[in-house]
Amino acid sequence: MIKQFLKLEWKAFFRSPTFQVNLFLKILMGLGVLYMVFVFAAMGIGVYFGLTEMEMEPLETVNKYIIYYLAFDLVLRYFIQKMPIINIKPFLLLPLKKSRIVNVALGKTAGYYFNWLPAFFLIPFSIILVMNGYELTGVLAWHIGIMALIYINNFINIFLNNVTVVVLFIAALFAISGGLHYKGYFDITNYTKPFFHGMYASPWMAIIPVLILCSVAYSAFLYFKKRIFLDSGLSEKIDIATTDNMAWLDRFGKLSTFLKNDIKLLMRNKRSKKTVFISVLFLFYGLLFFTGAVKTYDGVFWRMFAAIFVTGGFLFSFGQFVPSWDSSYYPLMMTQNISYKEYLKSKWLLMVLATMVSTILCIPYLYFGWEVLAAIVAGSIFNMGINTHLVLLGGAFIKTPIDLTSGKKAFGDKNSFNLKVLLISLPKMFGPMALYAIGHYTWGPVWGFVLVAIVGCVGFAFRDIVFNMIIKIYKKEKYKTLQAYKQAN
Amino acid sequence: MMIEVNNLSKEYNGVRVLNLESLSIPKGQAFGLVGNNGAGKTTLFSSLLDLIQPTTGYIKNGGYEVHKSEAWKKHTASFIDESFLIGYLTPEEYFYFIGDLRGESKADVDALLAGFEDFFNDEIIGKSKYLRDLSKGNQKKVGIVATLIGHPEVIVLDEPFANLDPTTQIRLKGIIKGLVEDKDVTVLVSSHDLQHVTEVCERIVVLEKGELVKDIMTSPETLKELEDFFSGEESM
Repeated sequence: MIKQFLKLEWKAFFRSPTFQVNLFLKILMGLGVLYMVFVFAAMGIGVYFGLTEMEMEPLETVNKYIIYYLAFDLVLRYFIQKMPIINIKPFLLLPLKKSRIVNVALGKTAGYYFNWLPAFFLIPFSIILVMNGYELTGVLAWHIGIMALIYINNFINIFLNNVTVVVLFIAALFAISGGLHYKGYFDITNYTKPFFHGMYASPWMAIIPVLILCSVAYSAFLYFKKRIFLDSGLSEKIDIATTDNMAWLDRFGKLSTFLKNDIKLLMRNKRSKKTVFISVLFLFYGLLFFTGAVKTYDGVFWRMFAAIFVTGGFLFSFGQFVPSWDSSYYPLMMTQNISYKEYLKSKWLLMVLATMVSTILCIPYLYFGWEVLAAIVAGSIFNMGINTHLVLLGGAFIKTPIDLTSGKKAFGDKNSFNLKVLLISLPKMFGPMALYAIGHYTWGPVWGFVLVAIVGCVGFAFRDIVFNMIIKIYKKEKYKTLQAYKQAN
Repeated sequence: MMIEVNNLSKEYNGVRVLNLESLSIPKGQAFGLVGNNGAGKTTLFSSLLDLIQPTTGYIKNGGYEVHKSEAWKKHTASFIDESFLIGYLTPEEYFYFIGDLRGESKADVDALLAGFEDFFNDEIIGKSKYLRDLSKGNQKKVGIVATLIGHPEVIVLDEPFANLDPTTQIRLKGIIKGLVEDKDVTVLVSSHDLQHVTEVCERIVVLEKGELVKDIMTSPETLKELEDFFSGEESM
C-alpha cells in the first residue's frame, strides 16, 4: 500500500497543471531545508565550544532554553504542517484495513522535516558531549528524551488542527514569559530546566517523555481511526454564512454593487483573509527603517521607501491580483452587462480607502519625528494618486487564477512575475524616492515631501485615462484570460 | 430572427470541433441542442456568449454580432457551469447581485424569488450557507433561477437537467414551458436527456462531431426518431 501511496503522490506532483511552479517551489524548499540542515549541524558542532568559551556549561545552557524551542516548534508546525488527508479518500474503498490507512497517514507525518531537522543538532552535540567526558548513558537518555518531546509535538499538532485559539494562547504565553525572562522579572526556565537536565542526571527520567509519546501516538491513531469518514475527519469545514446588506455602502451609488462584493470577497475567503493579514504586517515594516534597526536603511530616501510600503501594504498585495480575484467566476462577469469602468473604480476605491486607513494607523510613527510622519503622508498621497493606477495596470497582465478557498501561495507566485509587471512596478517604489531626492537637494527636505505629494495629487487627474488603457487590455486579452482562469477550475 | 449563426467554425490545434454553416433561431422559440460528448454543444454556447473566439464566422444575437458589440448582454442571461456562481455569497446575496447588475431592485428580485418557493424546496433561501457549500443540484437551481432575473429575452442553459432530482426536473420543465408560452423569451437548452428535451423544446438540433446532422420540429414521433438515431439503428 505504501508503494501505491507514493506512486499517487508522485503522479499528483508530476501531472499537476502547475507542475513547473510546484517544481520551482519544491527546489526552493529543498534548498531551504538544506540550509537548515547546515545551520542545525553547525550549531550542533559549534554550540559546545562556543558556550565553553563563554564560560557557560553547554548542556545546562541548552536545557535552559530548549523549552522555547519546543514551544516555537509547536506553533510553527501548526501554521506549516498539515495533515495529509487529501489522498486518503481513494483508499477508503479499497480492500485495506482502516488501521493500516491511518498508520500510513500518521507514519507519513513522522518523516516531516520538523521531526528530523533537530537530529542534525542533537547527534553532533551528543557525540561531542560524550567525547568531552559526559556520561554516555546520561547523554543517550537525554538525546532520546528530547527526540521524544519533538515527536510529541508532531502528534499534538494533529489534535490542534483547526483550534487556532489554543495555538495563539500557547504562542502568547511563551512570548510573554520570554519577555518577562528577558526583563528579569520571572524566569520560566528555572522550572523547566530541572526536568530537561534531569534526563541526563538520572537517565530513567527519559522514560517519561517516551511514555507520553507512546500514549499520544496511540490516541492520535484512535482519534483518526474513529474519524476516518467522509462526514467527520475527512470532511471540509463548512462555514456558517452571515448575511450583511452593508447598507452604509449604498452612498457610493452604482459602485456599491461591486464594492459590497469585494468586501465580502475579502472577508469570506481564506486566501484574501491572508492578504488582509499581510497588509496589517506591512504597517510594522516601518519600524525597521525609522528605529535605525537596520543600518543600510538609515539614508533619508529610505524613509520615503518605507512610507510607500507602510501605507500601501494592502494596495500592493490586493491590487496586483485584479482581476484575478474574480477568476473563479470570470465567465459570469463576462456575460453580464457590467461596466468595466465601475468594476475598476470599485477596486480603486477599495485601495484608496485602505490606504487612508493605513495612514491613520501610522500616525503613531510621529514618535520618530515629524519628518517620518511627513514622509508617510506624502507617500500615502503618492500611493493613492499614482500607485493605485500602476498596480491595476500591472494586474491586467497577470493571468494567474486565484483559488480563493486555499490559503496557499499567498506569499507570491512565480507566474505572477513577468517583465511587463516588473517594469510597471519599478516607478511604484523608486519614483517617490527619486522625487524626494530632487526636492531634497534643490530646495530642502520639506520640498522633497511636497514634491512627492504634488505628483501624487496630479496623478488623480489621470485616473480615467489609465482606466481606459486597462479596459482596452481587458478586452483585448479577454479570451486568453478566460482560458487561463479555466485551468484552475 | 433572434439568433443567427453564420459560417461558424472552431478549431483547436487543427482539429475542427464545430462547423455550422447556418442556423437561425426565431424569437420565442424553445430550442433544444442534443449530441454526445464532444459534439460541440458547449462550444456553440460558449461562442454564442462570446467566451471563446470562433475560428471563422460569427453569431448575431438580437442583431448584434456578439464578438463586436456588447449590447447583447443586456437581453441575454445564461448558466453554463459553476463558474457562473460566486462561491462566497449566500444565494440571496447572489440573486441581489445579479439583480443589481440587471437593474432590478431588491423588491423585484424578492417578488421573482417568491414564485420559486416550490422549486427551491426550502433548501436555498435563509439557510446560512454560502453557494460553495451547497450541493451540486442546489447550486444548479440557484444558477437557473438567477437567469430569470431582469426579464431577459434570451436564456441559455447548458445541461440544466443534469444533477437535478426527479421532482425538480419536472418543475424545471414547467418553468421552461411557461417561459416560451408568450413567445417573448427565446430559450436555448442543451441536454443528454432525450426525453426532457423533446418534452420542452419545439425544435431540436442534433450535433455530431461539430456538424449539424438533424434539425427537426418536435412532433410525437421525435423521441423515437432521436432514440433510433443515437442507438445507431437509423437507416442512413
